[in-house]
Amino acid sequence: MYLTIDGIEKSFINERKEKVKVLDNINLNVKKGSFVSIVGPSGCGKSTLLYLIAGLDKADQGEIRVAGNLVTKPGPERVVVFQEAGLFPWLTVLENVTYGLLLKKMPKEQAQQKALEVLKMVHLSRYVDSYPHQLSGGMKQRVSIARALVMEPDILLMDEPFSALDEQTRMVLHKELLEIWRKTKVTIFFVTHNIREAVLLSEQVVVFATRPGKIKETITVPSMKDGVMPDGVTLQTEQKILSILQEEIEKVLKEEMGDDYSFKTNHLHRGDSGDMGSHI
Amino acid sequence: MIAAIWEVTSRLSGLPEFMFPSLTQVFETLANGLMSGQITAAIGKSLGRILLGFTIAIIVGLILGYFIWRFKIVEDTLGFVVTALQSIPSIVWFPLAIIWFGLNDISILFIVTIGATWTMTVNATSGFKNVPQLYQRVAKTYGSSGFHFLRTVILPASVPQIISGLRIAWAFSWRALMAGELLGGGGGLGQLLEMGRSLGQMDLVISVMIIIAIIGTIVDNVVFSRLERSVEVKWGLRGR
Repeated sequence: MYLTIDGIEKSFINERKEKVKVLDNINLNVKKGSFVSIVGPSGCGKSTLLYLIAGLDKADQGEIRVAGNLVTKPGPERVVVFQEAGLFPWLTVLENVTYGLLLKKMPKEQAQQKALEVLKMVHLSRYVDSYPHQLSGGMKQRVSIARALVMEPDILLMDEPFSALDEQTRMVLHKELLEIWRKTKVTIFFVTHNIREAVLLSEQVVVFATRPGKIKETITVPSMKDGVMPDGVTLQTEQKILSILQEEIEKVLKEEMGDDYSFKTNHLHRGDSGDMGSHI
Repeated sequence: MIAAIWEVTSRLSGLPEFMFPSLTQVFETLANGLMSGQITAAIGKSLGRILLGFTIAIIVGLILGYFIWRFKIVEDTLGFVVTALQSIPSIVWFPLAIIWFGLNDISILFIVTIGATWTMTVNATSGFKNVPQLYQRVAKTYGSSGFHFLRTVILPASVPQIISGLRIAWAFSWRALMAGELLGGGGGLGQLLEMGRSLGQMDLVISVMIIIAIIGTIVDNVVFSRLERSVEVKWGLRGR
């Protein structure tokens, strides 16, 4: 296995100085070159798990290995694409993308050439000398992806990378991300709260239970034979995940609004868009 | 308009000319002073002092700011002291400086430096503290750490705040310089003021005041405003 997560536990201290367990005995194996999504209600610890893999946070117990190496601190072989692009506003697009390469002591010319190649892949060749504030939200996120890809990481960690974008931009970026994934064969670990996004993109969807966060079920998305998946299959998978999540959503709502709240008994209206379950 | 009123009141008032010189006389003195090199030499001396003192203050301020930002214990101890020190007008240090260094250049340099240091420290600290967590996380995942992290993320990200710190620090040290030179002597614009007073030459005093105002304005409007503006444009905080 390429990414192995073994018995991870993590707790935080909340404002009332109580210990809150956010991750409880997480075990997960991810194959090289696969695309895995994590879905779950907000606050279920899915982002925390991603930070643990990135090495930005430390687990209380358990260990994480990527390509056989134990994760102890952040490193360029496990780069993160954050929800907000996080480009450095004082650097141009090109300088942002070469930032990590120059850190690895790659000669400047070589780094720039490589960066240009990747920027071409995300269709931003025209904007290499622009500053981040001159770009739209979708373009910024493209730069952020390019910046990550150029490092040729062992694993690409994505923390709700498209959730701040508008619907059209998101659709375009979904398509482009899949293309990039097929082209580069990079392993992608994708955290999202959007079920549809998870089903559309990944081969495997890991559904998280909340408080404490643990893996509830792992669902394999029916493979795309010719790259095109019939809508029916997508919808079915979505529905399946949603039904698993319902219990969790109810748990969160009850905690927040009081015990009399019931989500399940409410009539669930499902429109043609099939978008139900995105902003949970 | 103001010039006309000045000229008329000066001529009509019963005050002797050395107390309330007319505008024309001030300009004459100013021109003479610039020609003869008396005023120009003083300008050079004052600017030399402030550049040196200001540079030291920037470096010390950044270093102190770094330690306050980086280490909690320093923040709890020194951080508080700095805030207290910042509220002391720097000329107050002068008696102490005279005892320590004597009535000389070093004393003046000392209060110029101290006038700017605390403001610089406070601004650098808050600049460093306000670097978005996101930038820090990004840099760390790309493997940046230690001095590289400081140089490529923390410093550039706090540039806007540091520039506004520079601006205030400059104003403080410019005032401190004038006060110091006035009391301490050793050449410079401040001493020229004192000389004007003792010789009863108010036209010289007013000339020097004009020079002080001009230099102050030029530095603020040209140097710092430009610096601030170029950063704002580059970062997209303000339209072109």
